[in-house]
Amino acid sequence: MDVYVHGLEWTLKELFVYPNEFIYWSIQIVMYPYMTGLVAGAFVLSSLYHVFGQEDLKDLAKFALVFSFALLIVAPMPLMFHLQHPMRGMEVFFTPHFTSAISAFGIVFFSYSIIVATEIWFVYRKFFVEQSMALKGKEGLVNRIKWLIYTALTLGAYDISPEALHKDEKAIKILAGVGIPVACFLHGYAGFIFGSVKANALWMTPLMPVIFIMSAIVSGIALCMLTYIIIMEWRKFRIRTSKKPWEMTAEEVGGVELDLMRKTSKYLIGFMIAAITLELLDLVFRGYTAVKSWDILRSIIYGKDFVNIFIKQYTFGNLIPFIMLLLPRPTVKRLVIALSLVLFGVFMMRWNVVIGGQAFSLTFAGYMHYKIPVIPHNMQTFKEGVTGALVIGIMPFVLFWGINKIVPSLKYK
Amino acid sequence: MKSHVLRPLWVVIAVIGLILTARYFVVPPDFGVYERGFMYGFHRKSNEKEWEAFKVKYRTKKYCQDCHPDKYDTIMSSKHHIIQCENCHGPAIDHPENPEKLQINKKRSLCIRCHTYLPYPTSQRAKIKGIDPKEHNTGMECVTCHNPHKPDMEGW
Amino acid sequence: MRQTRRDFLKTITRGALVTALPLGAFKFLSPREARASVESTKVRWGFLVDTFKCVGCGFCVKACKLENEVPYDTPVTRTWVERYVILKNGRMLADTPMGGRDGFTDPKVQEEEINPKDIAKGFFVPKLCNQCENPPCVQVCPVGATYQRADGVVLVDRSWCIGCGYCIMACPYGVRFFHPVYHTAEKCTFCIHRLVKGMNTACVDACPFGARKVGNLKDPNDPVTQVILNQRVAVLKPEYGTKPQVYYIGLDENVR
Repeated sequence: MDVYVHGLEWTLKELFVYPNEFIYWSIQIVMYPYMTGLVAGAFVLSSLYHVFGQEDLKDLAKFALVFSFALLIVAPMPLMFHLQHPMRGMEVFFTPHFTSAISAFGIVFFSYSIIVATEIWFVYRKFFVEQSMALKGKEGLVNRIKWLIYTALTLGAYDISPEALHKDEKAIKILAGVGIPVACFLHGYAGFIFGSVKANALWMTPLMPVIFIMSAIVSGIALCMLTYIIIMEWRKFRIRTSKKPWEMTAEEVGGVELDLMRKTSKYLIGFMIAAITLELLDLVFRGYTAVKSWDILRSIIYGKDFVNIFIKQYTFGNLIPFIMLLLPRPTVKRLVIALSLVLFGVFMMRWNVVIGGQAFSLTFAGYMHYKIPVIPHNMQTFKEGVTGALVIGIMPFVLFWGINKIVPSLKYK
Repeated sequence: MKSHVLRPLWVVIAVIGLILTARYFVVPPDFGVYERGFMYGFHRKSNEKEWEAFKVKYRTKKYCQDCHPDKYDTIMSSKHHIIQCENCHGPAIDHPENPEKLQINKKRSLCIRCHTYLPYPTSQRAKIKGIDPKEHNTGMECVTCHNPHKPDMEGW
Repeated sequence: MRQTRRDFLKTITRGALVTALPLGAFKFLSPREARASVESTKVRWGFLVDTFKCVGCGFCVKACKLENEVPYDTPVTRTWVERYVILKNGRMLADTPMGGRDGFTDPKVQEEEINPKDIAKGFFVPKLCNQCENPPCVQVCPVGATYQRADGVVLVDRSWCIGCGYCIMACPYGVRFFHPVYHTAEKCTFCIHRLVKGMNTACVDACPFGARKVGNLKDPNDPVTQVILNQRVAVLKPEYGTKPQVYYIGLDENVR
């Protein structure tokens, strides 16, 4: 086995730091709550239609649901990249130690995957059955494989009578309803992982889970909107460039797209206000109570991490997109910029929590700086550097592309 | 025919069954909750014995005394009697079988661990006879003039 | 002794085991050894550090790393020694180069030249795992790879640890790290392999000045227990509610 000290390559120490302290939780632990957050947010968005009957979100709901499934598969991958023994990851299911917040991961994540997968099954059951019927007995290897997949996916339930479909809809509603608290719990526990670490002065606050849920929903909605816009723009581009007629003109698609985005951004703004309020409350409270750790925290928040927190996170990630979204008459261009900034802002929030929480030593008399590895020269610097984060960032889109081949989520009625 | 709505549930039960079966084979039989309860005592019991069986390397001066009584007596009658043989000679492990010969550390860096003078009023350190290693006979090994087994006498 | 003999007789009755009987059972056992092997529930290992006696020679760190096979030239270590220099103007300077493995041989602290006349207090503080009564590191392990024994010692199962690092984050004392070879969470074991053989920990044995002592806190006659009961001692960071079991004589408010 390789001999190396985990964290030594990317940790710069300053002043008095204990010898065993390093940035043990690096970029992948930033990616992990970011990804789980996107899952939770995407699911909540789709549930807004299914449960609360927000008709304005109807077209986005199907897409958000399938996209959240793609994200769901990616969510545990940062953990796998981070674990020193990824092959032992299954032990979380085998010997769960429930006094640990990470241990809940096994159960909550499993239940949540089931809910999302089942909901997708009910939404697409009719489609599966139709496909299976249509492909039956068709020649060609591709058709045979497709038939096999769809037949397996029907789980042997071929009844698509109106009564059966009505049952499906009822089940979808229940699952979406149950899914919302579970999605919040999934992400709330991610916040709990940090909030419950009493050794870390920056992390330990009961607000942490709530802050995480709010920013999770913000990032989830923003990503869904952004992806939706990109797909629609692509569709418009194809309509404009192709010669054969499409069912809609580019202008019509654009009209539907903007209308939907305008409605969705209202929800986004609402959750953004909640997230920012909680974060500021936390900050104000820490400064006002000023317990022992405040001296070092202040030097981090207002000193070393000032640009990361107040410029990148609050100004570029919250304030500017907030104004852009509030301005009347949105355009696609402005929305894209605003949504990208929101996503960046939530990422910076995760960064400032995870990396910021390790920026100061347990001695309260020293600092650590995370020098993120850009160009990898070994497995460690690949996994826990820019490259590893990019792999995780791209993965959901690749998966969505694949899943969308089987369960098309972007068809217009 | 039963309601198709429950179909996914059977899949879930099958997956759970699969995990439980795998668990049965993977988890060691002595894995469980022991003396300190679930919060602090949830572990594989045999791991305690594995740690207890860890190899002892520092055998203390009693181990050296049997074969090197002369050296033992000399140092025990000196001011350095508080220092373990193995601090300078290295861990005995299974000497003389393994290793056959111990590496004696005669470097300056060893002596100045204690004998660099540091002016710390509230520490025992300031009471030890100390030198400034940057000025005191630089480049020479301490053992040239001082016998570590008889530190009271100058020379050998 | 009586207990051991009873155990011994029991063993004999289990005829099949007679051949496997350890020869050690015939040897005279020191009281501590007997206690450790028989009355495991009557043992609670604790530690006593006298910061007045510590001179910062670092022999403890050296012995620990070699005894416990923590790669010698890595900065991580199960035990370490910190130097604190408090100036007359109240300023605190502290360092622990390589965990104090090679002792403190430079009057400079944190690269800073200090005039001896300005020093109000200067002292060394050895650190090791506190084997807390409420170990937060054990609480957060997701798979039960780290645990506390009946005698209070917290260990890590190297064959079960997934290497998530949550325990490292949860320890307020920074005693845990990833082992450079096994890449599992690593920590001070109180040299449990030595304690059960009736020996001291490697760091206690290596200390020439008696600054470190290990003892059974459940035995009121143990010298360590005596000191903890009868003298003014303190523990590190009690505010975390971890109930550390490494006691310090001469702790200062500047000690982190």
